[in-house]
Formats: sequence, structure tokens, C-alpha cells
Amino acid sequence: MTTTPISADRTTAVAARATELSKIYGQGETQVVALDRVSVGFRQAELTAIMGPSGSGKSTLMHCVAGLDTFSSGSVRIGDTELGSLKDKQLTKLRRDKIGFIFQAFNLLPTLTALENITLPMDIAGRKPDKQWLDTVIQMVGLSGRLGHRPSQLSGGQQQRVAVARALAARPEIIFGDEPTGNLDSRSGAEVLGFLRNSVRELGQTVVMVTHDPVAAAYADRVVFLADGRIVDELYGPTADSVLDRMKRFDTKGRTS
Amino acid sequence: MLRTALRNVLAHKARLLMTVLAVMLGVAFVSGTLVFTNTITDAYQNSSAKGFDGVDVAVSAKYRESTGDEPGDYPDLDQALLDRSARVPGAASAVGVVSGFTAMADKNGKLIGDGWQTKGGNYWGTDDSRYPLTSGRAPRGENEVLVDARTAERAGYKVGDTVRLSIDGPVLSPRIVGVFTTDDGNVAAGGSLALFDTASAQKLFGKAGGYDEIDVRAKPGTSQAALKSQLDKALPKDRTETTTGQSLADEQAQQIADSMNGMRQGLLVFAGIALFVGTFIIANTFTMLVAQRTKELALLRAVGASRRQVTRSVLIEAFVVGTVAGVTGLAVGIGIGAGLRALLGSFGESIPDGPLVVTPGTVVAALAVGVVITMLAAWLPGRRAAKIPPVAAMSSLHAQATTKSLVLRNTLGALFAAAGVAVVLYATTLKGTDGQAPMGLGAVLLIIGVFILTPLLSRPLIAAAAPVLRVFGVSGKLARQNSVRNPRRTAATASALMIGLTLITGMTVMAGSLQTAIEKMATSALRADYVVRMANGNNLSPDVDRKLAALDDVSASSPMRDAVARIDGEEEYLTGVNGPAIGKLTDLKVDEGAFTVTGSKIVVDDTTAKSRGWKAGTQFTAHFEGGRNKRLTVAGVYEGNELIRGVLVDTAALPKLSDTRDMQVMVKMAGGASATAKDTLEKALDSNPGILVQSKKDLSDSIAQLFTLLLNMLYGLLGMAVLVAVLGVINTLAMSVFERSQEIGMLRAIGLDRRAVKRMVRLESLVISLFGGVLGIGLGVFFGWAVGRLAGSSMPTYELVLPWDRIAIFLLLSAVVGALAALWPARRASRLNMLAAIKSE
Repeated sequence: MTTTPISADRTTAVAARATELSKIYGQGETQVVALDRVSVGFRQAELTAIMGPSGSGKSTLMHCVAGLDTFSSGSVRIGDTELGSLKDKQLTKLRRDKIGFIFQAFNLLPTLTALENITLPMDIAGRKPDKQWLDTVIQMVGLSGRLGHRPSQLSGGQQQRVAVARALAARPEIIFGDEPTGNLDSRSGAEVLGFLRNSVRELGQTVVMVTHDPVAAAYADRVVFLADGRIVDELYGPTADSVLDRMKRFDTKGRTS
Repeated sequence: MLRTALRNVLAHKARLLMTVLAVMLGVAFVSGTLVFTNTITDAYQNSSAKGFDGVDVAVSAKYRESTGDEPGDYPDLDQALLDRSARVPGAASAVGVVSGFTAMADKNGKLIGDGWQTKGGNYWGTDDSRYPLTSGRAPRGENEVLVDARTAERAGYKVGDTVRLSIDGPVLSPRIVGVFTTDDGNVAAGGSLALFDTASAQKLFGKAGGYDEIDVRAKPGTSQAALKSQLDKALPKDRTETTTGQSLADEQAQQIADSMNGMRQGLLVFAGIALFVGTFIIANTFTMLVAQRTKELALLRAVGASRRQVTRSVLIEAFVVGTVAGVTGLAVGIGIGAGLRALLGSFGESIPDGPLVVTPGTVVAALAVGVVITMLAAWLPGRRAAKIPPVAAMSSLHAQATTKSLVLRNTLGALFAAAGVAVVLYATTLKGTDGQAPMGLGAVLLIIGVFILTPLLSRPLIAAAAPVLRVFGVSGKLARQNSVRNPRRTAATASALMIGLTLITGMTVMAGSLQTAIEKMATSALRADYVVRMANGNNLSPDVDRKLAALDDVSASSPMRDAVARIDGEEEYLTGVNGPAIGKLTDLKVDEGAFTVTGSKIVVDDTTAKSRGWKAGTQFTAHFEGGRNKRLTVAGVYEGNELIRGVLVDTAALPKLSDTRDMQVMVKMAGGASATAKDTLEKALDSNPGILVQSKKDLSDSIAQLFTLLLNMLYGLLGMAVLVAVLGVINTLAMSVFERSQEIGMLRAIGLDRRAVKRMVRLESLVISLFGGVLGIGLGVFFGWAVGRLAGSSMPTYELVLPWDRIAIFLLLSAVVGALAALWPARRASRLNMLAAIKSE
């Protein structure tokens, strides 16, 4: 099986890029290759979905590109910054200033109100939030009436909307989502995905999300398929059916190879 | 997943270790206290028994009752009695004992020991079996002396050196001709013993030809009782008394046991406090341990384990922890016992040597405390865990405390606290000992009340710290919110520190106030620059007053001369003072009449006036020894104090007494107090090591020293309680960090760096510790005020003195506790693997 070459300049600029990225756990007999020389670029103002079966390395790829995890070889760039050479402190600063996160388990601080959770990254950075932008984001995710609530007083969908707003509010260069709809029912999931797509279309935000749900992937501009730590395919303008179709193909491929 | 599980177990282990530590400290404290007191009591008892080894029967003088106007006294035991004792059937030998106060100077001229234990005596013949010589030979004449080996070693004296001694007259400078060993209790306790030959000792101690005691040894085969009855037959009953060596040793042992009792009880109170604090920590830890395992326990329940089985599994764990901790605690306690003895020794209190005593009682107490307390502390959380329905436990990690139980808790706490405050306030209106019981009850009620209320108090008090925390940005904000997240846990953690600090602060405030009051009382009434007295509290020879009065630099001086008289058939100790000068030397508050002491005019203190029913103008006759009478008139009534009290009479008005003695001499210098003035006085007294020349400052210093020693011991003991508190804070933080690992992982992911995470944990720790500290200091000040008011009710000079510097130190101490306790949990939090933390639920 060969890696499908990626057409690099479909749009003007790339927000993040991994080149020949490898991640290997353990040594010798027990060695596990999680990522095997993966090269991929995530273009600005585009919603990319990373798909693949369990253990394909999709989460590891996202973690490495987002500066949450270290990698064994290759390079990762966020904007102009090369991650491989950064120390923990600089990585933390990079995540704080340039990256937004949405997690599967919401990960809000229960002691903070919805608004405080949203502005948390800026509080950490000691920056004042851009009031107008904040209003726009809150308006978009429809949380205006619930800003004073604590996470325990919100439904799962509302909590994830707070998480989306938190990721957007700091205007990061790129947002990473790790199964952002994994804990939600389909209606709430659709809402959250709608917000993410809107943020790309209307606000020009760059979003990369890992998902195993073809319906979620269908919201993306482009789907990257991973299997056994390698990129095996990609798809532009996906629909749920076309994604499902491709996945079925990998499954059979996987079984026959 | 495996890694998370492993980490879980490791965290578990660490917390279990901390539980063991907490229990261990409590046990160590209790067993250490027991070991310490047993060791000391036994050592004193052994040394006293040894001290009576050479005595089978002791013959002492019998008190001669006062007859008519003659005060009673002890007749001397003379040579004839000694000879008669030695000839009694069954007696092997008889030794005449002469002893008395003997001040010995070290090479710098300073007194060795504290004056109470510096003794002199006689060396019997040329080979005294009581005092085996290690070098040199027996002394002969007033210019030769023996020194005990311990003192010789301490002061660096060798055979051939001259040593300055003072008995009560002029300074002697005999040559040391020998060094001996002794098991004398006074020497063991840091005093000195100097021995002269018998004739010189009799002369020096004012017993020409007489003895203080005759020690008779029995022949082999003669029992002490048999010898005693023989002696009783042979000796005149009206002049002598006989006691067997055994009963002397028993009597002394009993006295020592009695005197140790107070200390033992005091120490046990602290052990109890440490245990009390330890109990909370243990209960807290088990609550957390169980809460953390709720899911696991629920799973057990789901697959069919009964409630009882779940509770039992927790109890078995507690039993194991308790046993392990009990045994190690006992071992540490033995070390603490040894350490306390050394500590006491370093404060200048010499204690006889002896083996460490670990009684079976100590072992049983230590193990019982360890096992029983731990199991009790674990029982409640274990039962609670078993009660949770399995499904509820599996779906949520922590059972939320219901508001209802907090309402109940707050009501109960408010009731206790209010009752406590009321009882304490009531106790302050009582006098002296009457108030002790209600005060203790009130204090316990209030502490329990505040303890129950701590969760409620945590919110407003921690909110008050918000402005300070805001400086630390997000870390501060999160720390504040985290610290009030689980009010019960915060409360339990803070209360451990609270109790320790309550006691420390209370004691400090009370001791400080009392010290100031006593100092004021002792020195404010004193106009004299110096007070001269004997180091052992004995009386001075009148020569001292004469010599000092003759000095040019002395502008006024007065002795305080002891004079016994019978007034209205009752004995009264009059104090002879220099009538014309006394007004310049004292500044006593006069309640009634005038402060005039001349001729037949006298003044009396308020206490004596009250008990005798005297007023200004009362006249009475004082009957002195030898049938001399003197008619005296009360000119005024003054307020007595620690230094000056009783009936003050002009020395010129006193008849010539057979034995004129001065308790002390007060001196006012023309140029005021100064180093040279003191030097002049000391020189005038021939730099006598037995006489102390004390300025007002020296006096207050010596009072302060007493309190300092007391406080230092308390601080040392309470340090244990604080140590337990540190463990408690570590425990809580470790638990919190563990529970919030997902949050911390998220915070790290969205850009909180390691330093900020550490800072967050540290600030939380500081907030909790300072919360406990503020509560404890507040309560302590209240108790210090209340108890001080009670104790000071009899002191007109008492007022509350708040030692702000100490209070600041205590606050700082709680901050240090917080900072130290956070070291490890903060590190752990900052090293958390983000990805594992975010994923684990």
C-alpha cells in the first residue's frame, strides 16, 4: 500500500504541518509504531477530520501536532513554529496562545461559571478577552442566557458548547478536537459540529478533529484516513455515505492484506 | 490504562503510608510520654534507693515543741548519742552526718548549680564508705576539701586546685585534696557536693560537736527493724527519732512519684491532644481512601458482597494499618522518650542516669491506641461506603454531602460553640480554683463547636483571602475555589492545625500575661536598685547588710530580717527592716493609714491585716524568745507582693535575738544600677559564690526564665501536633490532586504551565493551612484571655498582653506548614501526564 500524495497548495496557507512524523513506543520486541512517517498539512480556514479505526494512530497524530505529546522523529510546525525543538514551557505557551482544544469529556472546571470557563485560556495568559469577539462567539454557540451557570447546571450539549466557545474565544491559529461529539446525543452533536463548521466558514477558523463517526466527518471540508499509523486516503467534500464507503474499503483491505 | 491503574495503586500506597505515619505519630507521642515519665521516675527512685544503701537505720533529732513563748526547734545530736548508737547490739558502725548549704564557684567565680542542690558535708574518718575516693586522700582541716567527681569534671577541677566556697560566712578557699564518687540525688540532679573532715564540717555548719543525723549500719544477720528497736530502746525518746533505711527510701520514692505525677499528667494531656488530632487525620485519610475506592467497593457489592463484608474489608485494612503503625510508633516513642530526657538535660535540668523504662503498660497502651483508634476512625467511612447503592457508586465517584446534614451540623456546632463561650465567660467571673473546672469544660465545648462549624466558617474566611490570591492570577483564583470545593475535607484538614495552634497561642498569651503581671508586681513596688540574697534561699548573715551599708556608693539599704514572735498566742514571722530607709527602697501601695516604720510603729500587708483583723491604729504585744515583749502599733496597711509582704518592723525596735538572719538586703545606689555598681557590691561581699546580687532586670529575667522553660517544653510537645497536621494537609492535597487530575491535565493542555500548576496547589495548601492557623490563633487568644483572667484574678497587676510577635510567628508557622505540605503534591500535579489525565475518567 502506498501513501497518497497530498496536494499541498489547494489554498494559500497551511496552519499546521507534520512532515515524516513518527512516534514509536517501547524498544526491540515490544516496539509499537504508532505513527509511521506521516506527512500531512492542515490548511487555514478549513475543517479537517481525521478518521481511522481504533489504534490507527489518529489521536496520537492529533496529540503530536497539537503539542500535547512528544514524537520520535520528523517535524511538526504550527504556523512558523517548529515544535520538535521546544521545551515544555515553550510548548505550554504555544498551546496557550496559538491552539484551542475541545475534548470528548468536555473538561470544564466545575468551580468556574460558563463565562469563566470560556475566558480561562485568556485568564491564564493574563490577557483581556476581546469583548466584541467574545460576544460573537457566545452568540454563535447560543449560550447568552447561561453564562453564570456552573457546568453541573448545564446539559452535556451545553457543556460542550462552552468548550467550543472556550476554544474559539482566544482566536487560536488552530483548534483541535478529540472526538468532540463522542459523549453527546446526535442532536447535540449536530449542533456542536454546526458551530465548528460555522466558525470555519464565517470566522475563518482552522479546525482539526479526530472522529470515528462518519456523520461527524461529513461536516468536514476534508477527511484524512489513517490506518496502522499511516495516512491511507483522503477525501474532499465528504458526505456520510462516501466516508462510510471509504471506511468499508479499508476494512476489507485490512482483512485481505 | 495499565499505567493509570498502576499509578492509582502507587498513589494508594503513598496515602496508606501517610495514614500509617499519622497513626504512628499519635502512638509515638503517647508511648514517648509514658516512656519518658517512667524512665525519669524510676531513675530518681533508683538513685534515692542507692542513696540509702549505707543506711540501715537513721537517727534524727526530734522536733522540740515550742513551750510558752519559746519557739520550737531541733536539738543537736551530740557525740554521746553517736557513741551510744554505735554500741547498740546489732549495730556494726555509726556515722555522724553533718551537712549544709555550700556554694561552690566554678573557675570563673560563678555558682555551680542553681543553689538548691549545692551542698557540703563531712567525710567520716579516713575512709568513708559512703564516698569512695577516685583520687587523692581524705581531707584534714578547714583548708582541705573533697569535691564530687561530676562537679570536678564539669568545672574542670583537679586535685591540688583551690576552690572558692561559701557556706554562709566569709568565702573559703580550700585546696582540693581528693575527688569522690557519690550517688547523691542532688549531685545527680546537677548540684555539687564538697566534703570537709568531720570537725571542720561541724564548725563550718554551726554544729560544733553535733550532727544532723546518725546513720547506723547493722551487723550481718541483723534486720533493719531489729536494729531500729534496739536503737529505740537505747536512745532518749524525747530527743531522737529512728527510721529504717528502707522506709526512708520508700518515703523519698513516694515523694518523687508524687512530684512526677503532675508532669506525667501534663504530658499525657498533650499526648491526648496529639491523639485527638491524629484521630481526625486517620478518620480523614480513611474517608478519602474509601471514597476513592467507592467504585471498587460498589463493584464488590454488585457481584454479591454483603454490606458487612465491605465494612469488614475496610476494618481489616484499618487493623493492619493500626498494628503496623502501633508497633513502629512504639519504637519511635521510645526514641522520643530518650530525646525528651536529653532535651530536658540541655535546658540545664540534670536528671539521674538510668536505663530507658518500657513497661508492659506502655506497650499495651501504644498498641491499643494504634489499633483501636484507627479501627474506630475507619469504621464510619467504611460503613458509609457500604451503604451507598452499588449503581450510584459506580456512576459517580463521590457521594455528595447533602445540605441537610450540613444544616444539622451547623446547628449542632453553633449550639456547642455558644455553650462553650457562655461557660468560659462564666468561668472568668469566678475566682482561682473555682473556675478551673468550668473553664476546662467550656474550652472543650467551644473547641468541639468550632470544629463542627469549620466547614461553615471556611467559606467566609477563605473568601476574605480572595484579594490577596487575585495577585496570583488564575492559579490564585483556582486555588481559592478548590479550597472551598469540599468544605468538610478542608475543615477536617484545617482543624488538625487549628487545635495545635489554639493550644500554643493560648499558652503563650496566658504565660506572657502572667509573666508580665508577676514581673510588675515584683519590681514595680521596688525602688531599690539591687536585691542581695543567698542562692539557695537561705538567710544571709547580718554581716552582709553591715558591709553593704558601709559602702560609699550605697545611698540606702535595708535588710529583711527574720524575727519570730508569738502574737495573741500564734506564731508570726516579723520582718525587721531599716525603718528610715525602707521608704526609699520600696514603693508599696498603702491601703490604710501611713507607711511609717519607726520605733513601735509598724506596717502590715493586706493579707495579714485581714487574717489578724488588724487596722491602722491596732495595738498588740509581740512576745520574743527569752521572754522579751514589745508593744507595737499598726501605722498602716499596704498591698503585699511576691517580694515584700508580712509585718514590717524597724530593726532598731527588735530585741537582740540569738540568731540574727536576713532573708535579703535591698540596696539603693547613689548612681543607680550599673555594671560597676553591681561589681562594687559583689566585691564588697568578697565575690561570694553563694550570694546573689540581682538588679530589677535580673529579677524579671529569672521570672521570665521560668516561663521560657515552661513554654519551650510546651512548644516542643505541641510541635508533634503540628507535625501530624502537616501530614494531614499533605494527605488532603494528594487526594485532591488525584481527584482533579483530569482537570489539571486539561489546564495543562490549554496552556497552564507547570509552575502555575504547582503554584495553584501550593496556594490551596497555604489557604487551608492559614485558615486553620487563623482559627487556632483566634481561639487561642480567647482562651489565653479567659484562662489568664481566671489565673490573674488574684493579681492586681494582671492585664492581657498580646504577644504580637509570637502571634505573627505562629501565623508564619501555619504558612510554612502549608508550603511544606504542598511540596510533594504540587510536584506530583505538575508532573501529571496530560494525556492520561484527560482520558481517564
